[in-house]
Amino acid sequence: MSDHSLIPPMGQRDELLRMTDVDKVFNGNVEALKNLNLTVNQGDFISLLGPSGCGKSTALRLIAGLMRQTSGQIKWNGGLNEGDLGVVFQEPTLMPWATVEQNAWLPHRLRGKSLDDVRGDIMWALKMVGLEKFQKSYPRELSGGMKMRVSIARALVTQPRLILMDEPFAALDEITRHKLNNDLLMLRDKLKCTVIFVTHSVFESVFLSDRIVVMAARPGRVSAEVSVDAPYPRTEEFRTSAQYAELCRKASDALHGAMNQHGERASA
Amino acid sequence: MSAPEMHATQAPVVDLEELQHARAQRRDKIAKWSLPILMLGLAIFLWDRIVVWNEIPHYILPGPGLVIQTLIEDWGMLSDALWVTLKITLMALGVAVVGGVGLAVLFTQSRYFEMAFYPFAVILQVTPVVSIAPLIFIYVDSRLAGLLLCAWIVAFFPILSNTTLGLNSTDHNLRDLYKIYGATRWQRLRYLQLPTALPYFLGGLRIAGGLSLIGAVVAEYVAGTGGIGSGLAFRILEAGYRLNIPRMFAALILIAATGVVIFTFASLLSHALLHKWHESAIKREN
Ligand SMILES: Nc1ncnc2c1ncn2[C@@H]1O[C@H](COP(=O)(O)OP(=O)(O)OP(=O)(O)O)[C@@H](O)[C@H]1O
Ligand SMILES: [Mg+2]
Repeated sequence: MSDHSLIPPMGQRDELLRMTDVDKVFNGNVEALKNLNLTVNQGDFISLLGPSGCGKSTALRLIAGLMRQTSGQIKWNGGLNEGDLGVVFQEPTLMPWATVEQNAWLPHRLRGKSLDDVRGDIMWALKMVGLEKFQKSYPRELSGGMKMRVSIARALVTQPRLILMDEPFAALDEITRHKLNNDLLMLRDKLKCTVIFVTHSVFESVFLSDRIVVMAARPGRVSAEVSVDAPYPRTEEFRTSAQYAELCRKASDALHGAMNQHGERASA
Repeated sequence: MSAPEMHATQAPVVDLEELQHARAQRRDKIAKWSLPILMLGLAIFLWDRIVVWNEIPHYILPGPGLVIQTLIEDWGMLSDALWVTLKITLMALGVAVVGGVGLAVLFTQSRYFEMAFYPFAVILQVTPVVSIAPLIFIYVDSRLAGLLLCAWIVAFFPILSNTTLGLNSTDHNLRDLYKIYGATRWQRLRYLQLPTALPYFLGGLRIAGGLSLIGAVVAEYVAGTGGIGSGLAFRILEAGYRLNIPRMFAALILIAATGVVIFTFASLLSHALLHKWHESAIKREN
């Protein structure tokens, strides 16, 4: 718990990545993102919250380098090295023919490292998500929540500086989701990594993040930012606190604001 | 006896539905083997009775006993022929696997290559092999090479098309992941596309196994020339000219058995490679 002080308070964090006036247009007419401005600092836990189709995934894919912006700039402070990035999708996205261990090996394997060389890293990552006993299991033998944990372990295995998560827990039941939320915060506390977390859920975004970036659709853009200045570590008690309820109300208002903006534009 | 006491004895609780389910499963398991054998036995018995009751002469329809007797008496000649047909079938299947998978990999590496050569593959596939075979035996001097070529033409397409489909069926999120982690083409092919394609390929193999036998048999019919080194199909043809119907049946049985063995082997291979992870090999609990 005392480790936590190693993530500097907001406002004193070094910049990791800055997106300036980023546009992304699909098929010449779909404005998935327009004038997106977002600065990500080291140690931030940012939630991207917004209605379906507002460009959350698109923003994430731009950051991951899976596609290029139509215009605008994405600048990394200090550049992005191999192994600096970890990604978790909504589906666990595991290779069904590979064991848990082999799945977690993937990022290292693609950089030419043998399983024996990185077994330590893999076991560490599996231990982080509580799956060290399942290293030889196949994905089909695991529950949905456990598959997601493998997916997270795979993202952690290179000890990345930045982890991108696109609605990772959306398909899980509420109890499992809460458990994974708690574990994710614990991991982040241990690893001091930066997280950008896409979600539809106001409650999840408030529980997890220190910054909620609310996005509006058509065209996709940042509509508001809510900072969640509740201290970490956050536990189950935080979920039932008045502060949590108040923050959820704030975030919810901001989200409705974003959706109404869209409505006004559409009717105008 | 009260309920808590029953719990205390820790007797396994099996309800009626589960019991019925278990019984049904056991019945299924037995029926799976016994039913086909029973029906096959019944069919052979009926065949025998029909021949005996109707006093059908053996040069029109021999009984099963006579066929088996012929099989044993002519075993020297028939086993040689079986070996020839089997050799061509397996060689054709081998070349079909190498050629089909190789072409499929090339197709997925270059879309232009696929656009350029896919039509040829389709043309070869849709043209009946009996109509190409005579030409092949005119142009190709070696009889073995001609037979191989015919069988290969028939067998390679299911492997090519299934494997191509499989190589292109990779999960798009996994593709993204490979891209993010900077995978090379070769890594993507080896670690992602080939394993994804494996079940598709094995499905193709099962079809191709049967087809290569058909190809080999058809090619032998067309090639015709006999003597040493002729296969089962030629023996059938030859026995037909001599009205040796029992031998025709004996050779026919050998061909059918070969097909069954090839299919079984492909299925076993499929099970061995997939049972750990693939949905098709997982037994549903209900
Ligand atoms: N490859 C693509 N080609 C064309 N249009 C696209 C493509 N990807 C996204 N879009 C469009 O861009 C917009 C934003 O999509 P995006 O997937 O980023 O939204 P999202 O906020 O992640 O939505 P959701 O919450 O449903 O996942 C949508 O209108 C979508 O239809
Ligand atoms: Mg999305």
